[in-house]
Amino acid sequence: MSRNTGEVILEVANISLAFGGVKALTDISFDVREHEIRAIIGPNGAGKSSMLNCINGVYQPQQGTIALRGKTFKHMNSRQVAEMGVARTFQSLALFKGMSVVDNIMTGRNLKMKCNLFQQALRWGPAQREEERQREFVEHIIDFLEIQPYRKTPVGKMPYGLQKRVDLGRALAMEPQVLLLDEPMAGMNVEEKQDMCRFVLDINDEFGTTVVLIEHDMGVVMDISDRVVVLDYGKKIGDGTPDEVRSNPDVISAYLGTSH
Amino acid sequence: MGFLLETLFGGLMVGMLYSLIALGFVLIYKASGVFNFAQGAMVLFAALAMARFYEWLPKLLGFDNMLLANVLAFAGAVLVMIGIAWLIERLVLRHLVNQEHITLLMATLGITYFLEGFGQTLFGSDIYKIDVGMPKDPILAFERLFEGGVLINKEDLYAAVIAAVLVALLALFFQKTATGRALRAVADDHQAAQSIGIPLGRIWIIVWAVAGFVALVAGVIWGSKLGVQFSLSLVALKALPVVILGGLTSVPGAIIGGLIIGVGEKLSEIYIGPKLGGGIEIWFAYVLALLFLLVRPQGLFGEKIIDRV
Repeated sequence: MSRNTGEVILEVANISLAFGGVKALTDISFDVREHEIRAIIGPNGAGKSSMLNCINGVYQPQQGTIALRGKTFKHMNSRQVAEMGVARTFQSLALFKGMSVVDNIMTGRNLKMKCNLFQQALRWGPAQREEERQREFVEHIIDFLEIQPYRKTPVGKMPYGLQKRVDLGRALAMEPQVLLLDEPMAGMNVEEKQDMCRFVLDINDEFGTTVVLIEHDMGVVMDISDRVVVLDYGKKIGDGTPDEVRSNPDVISAYLGTSH
Repeated sequence: MGFLLETLFGGLMVGMLYSLIALGFVLIYKASGVFNFAQGAMVLFAALAMARFYEWLPKLLGFDNMLLANVLAFAGAVLVMIGIAWLIERLVLRHLVNQEHITLLMATLGITYFLEGFGQTLFGSDIYKIDVGMPKDPILAFERLFEGGVLINKEDLYAAVIAAVLVALLALFFQKTATGRALRAVADDHQAAQSIGIPLGRIWIIVWAVAGFVALVAGVIWGSKLGVQFSLSLVALKALPVVILGGLTSVPGAIIGGLIIGVGEKLSEIYIGPKLGGGIEIWFAYVLALLFLLVRPQGLFGEKIIDRV
């Protein structure tokens, strides 16, 4: 696949993360280019989610640096990372279950809202207009993800596959520069997977959003990603285009086991 | 008939006051998913601050005007409760992000004892009185309809109106503002809320400050009825059946629950009481709550708990 990807937008350098004596990640480095779809793959327990959580500020790696557009961030929590333009979805859904689809996605616009508490409470002119403007954007996302009929449904009552879309919608509402997707297709059937692939590609195409994704489904990964990082036991064992990775002997042995 | 109505009104007004305290529980539960054991202690603390400021401020500033003293004392107590909210976030909640709910519950237990002790150290442990100038004289209504009319306590009526307005404002705040939406989001999932850039710390300060304000209003109303003393913190126990009945996550539920409990208490005391030997008022609410737990554990208006297996 040869598409035009830009400068390096996200640079991960020598990241090591340990929980007590367990080394989750050891000396991981890779970069993500602007407008790219970058996949992180690996067997279960390889450290994929840990890697994503480091980028997202949930975990603080003991060593190494992560830089967004050349700006290093260290000791930042998820909120600060969100302010820098990184959004994410969750492997196990973390939606606001009691709230409607619209409200869930509206929360993603939180950072864009500038009016203060008192203006909101009084429905002061600017606050009202702001709410309407943000709502328009949210409706656009709902149309894009084809969940119009569920607008007012409490998210907890929706089918799993559609909840995944709401999760994606909430992240999109932040208009992120970098979108982190943690197994967006886990637990889906073939049809739902195809839909999700289409959404990811469209997001990447239309909005130019850089996507970093973790995925188990090899077919999907090889189809849609530009470059792939392969982790195993917390170490990087492969990095390159899908074709390069596929023919990498280390990767093959990690997935299929080696005959000694 | 007149007597029944009188009982009914009395019950509704006491119920409104229960609602006011229950509201404090609901607010914090909605925004942090934690049952705030300290709500009663906050009522006591706020009432103590109000009562003592009312004594101290006129002396300190050298004026003699009851209205001004009340206004200043109230403002002072509001500031104190905001300060408490800020401290709780700083010293306790901030360090417990993403912890189990039981951990947070234990933390609020700790806060309870701290507030009770610290409040009495700071403000003294005597019985103080709050007098915001609410009229004590009763009014006679419906005199034309029934012989003797219906006696309504004016103080109760005022209190009920204040409570109702407060409740309406809070419901609006939760449902209609972006901050209200953020509060509900935080209640559902800390991690996800943080990942979309909702500032957990600020949200918690807002919620605890609002809960502190509600506690203050409840403290002033109850305090002017009963006097400000340690037992004020026990009034909160009366609000437990209310939140069970109404649902821990529902603002309107806290109101309806309070009214049902208030009316139920009074009616049962008068109509069933004599048969059982009286004293029903004390335990009626709890038995009702127990029955509700068996039939409808999420309460009248609470969110149904759906678990995917």
